[in-house]
Amino acid sequence: MSKNTFDDDVTAVPVATANGNGSTAPKGVKLPIYMDNHATSPVDPRVLEAMMPYFTGIFGNAASRNHSFGWEAEGAVERAREQVAKLIGATAKEIIFTSGATESNNLALKGIAEMYRERGNHIITQVTEHKAVLDTCKRLEKSGYRVTYLPVKADGLIDLEDLKRAFDEKTILVSIMFANNEIGVVQPVAEIGKLCRERGVLFHSDGVQAAGKISVDVNSMNIDVLSLSGHKIYGPKGVGALYVRRRNPRVQISEQINGGGHERGMRSGTLNVPGIVGLGKACEIAGQEMATEGERLGKLRDKLKAKLEGSLDYIHVNGSMEHRLPNNLNISFVYVEGESLLMGINDVAVSSGSACTSATLEPSYVLKALGLGDDVAHSSIRFGLGRFNTEAEVDYVADKVIDIVKKLRELSPLYEMVKEGIDISKIEWQAH
Amino acid sequence: MAYSDKVIDHYNNPRNVGQLDKSSESVGTGLVGAPECGDVMRLQIRVNPETQVIEEAKFKTFGCGSAIASSSLATEWVKGKTVSEAMEIKNTDIVKELSLPPVKIHCSVLAEDAIRAAIGDWKKKNAVGEAAAVAAN
Repeated sequence: MSKNTFDDDVTAVPVATANGNGSTAPKGVKLPIYMDNHATSPVDPRVLEAMMPYFTGIFGNAASRNHSFGWEAEGAVERAREQVAKLIGATAKEIIFTSGATESNNLALKGIAEMYRERGNHIITQVTEHKAVLDTCKRLEKSGYRVTYLPVKADGLIDLEDLKRAFDEKTILVSIMFANNEIGVVQPVAEIGKLCRERGVLFHSDGVQAAGKISVDVNSMNIDVLSLSGHKIYGPKGVGALYVRRRNPRVQISEQINGGGHERGMRSGTLNVPGIVGLGKACEIAGQEMATEGERLGKLRDKLKAKLEGSLDYIHVNGSMEHRLPNNLNISFVYVEGESLLMGINDVAVSSGSACTSATLEPSYVLKALGLGDDVAHSSIRFGLGRFNTEAEVDYVADKVIDIVKKLRELSPLYEMVKEGIDISKIEWQAH
Repeated sequence: MAYSDKVIDHYNNPRNVGQLDKSSESVGTGLVGAPECGDVMRLQIRVNPETQVIEEAKFKTFGCGSAIASSSLATEWVKGKTVSEAMEIKNTDIVKELSLPPVKIHCSVLAEDAIRAAIGDWKKKNAVGEAAAVAAN
């Protein structure tokens, strides 16, 4: 199993290991239930349908200029470019296709850092970014760049005053994610964009969890570079995009992969035509359905939250509820260890902030950044609702979680002590 | 993570859950681990003062499924043993019985610590030295 955190790709839940809890699905619910849509999402059948012709019949290389196979492939790629651009208010020429958001984040940060090295060497980011940004920043630090990692407040949002103070004359780039993959909080992107624009500093945002879920507009929000991924929005895995602003200002990026000069020289490599077609279609659907889908998922999420809070004590939501993706709920079930909870709800795929499976025993760095103690971080579960979740599934999940949390609290010495009025923070525990 | 059938069985049907009267002379309590590490085990034993046989054992555990299973198994194993026999239980025996993977070995270590801590507490209360315990064996 992977190491800690629910970083996107994280800790898969043992859905396949039937543990004999003997749960039977109510009518209309098919087990196991997938509720981990921040990690990945299934391909929408409409997306798959759009992709299919491009594996066999229309298989050309989009860079082949001399025959119809190439022209057809190129045409499909350009349509997809329009679809992606439309979702975020960009123009088609500003979209670069990549292998996914990790590559997009690497290309954005390294590409800008290299290109603007003469102007400065300071980058500002924040502590709850995805590892694709944080690890890239660490790498840049080794190459002589200075990186400021802004803290977050207890609600998971950065303090704009901290950002203002962090700028200096050498700052070339600010990279702040749009929405967080663990706690779903939405950063004040438009305000950040404005502060950057006023100072002539480029603004990159990892938009993977936000685009297609909530409104993203690169112009009104002054975003200069934005990372996108296909598989978070019911598109295929292995394809992503990077928006690179062409006007006011024209952003330049040093290529990180050399080759045939594809994608206006910024990203060489034969284009993944079926994947790109899928990403385009996924963006088109998201753009059309985002408003109704967001409202529906928001209601389901709120119902899940209300049911859990109505039946369990000592639970709390991690991160701002006000500035949050409609499909995210991250809750700590205090005095219950997250992995044991996952084991009990093994017919429901969610993620845990616990890291009992990791060698380091370190729980989620995102939750710790909010100021949560390790014990509470160990007790957290991320629910990521998606397009294909139903109300019946939400009811099932809520009931199941309530049942297992109660059972585990019967087993928990901590819960017993707290109920008896013992202050467990005063006990001298032996760390191990 | 594929859990072994035995871990799943202990998780679904934990043995000897509960608490014994901590203040009783015949009860030893071991509380090990730490909440911030994600594991806390409390294992208690009731020892017959005449025979030094552990007649009752109870546990409660905050931790992953393997931690719950390790402590549940530990209560089963100590019951009916004398305290000195119980001291012989090794974490490796627990690893073997539950087929714990390497990342879960610490759970078994904690269970062994819990047994030793409970026995230690009982000995302290009853001023039993190692020699006396061995003699009674």
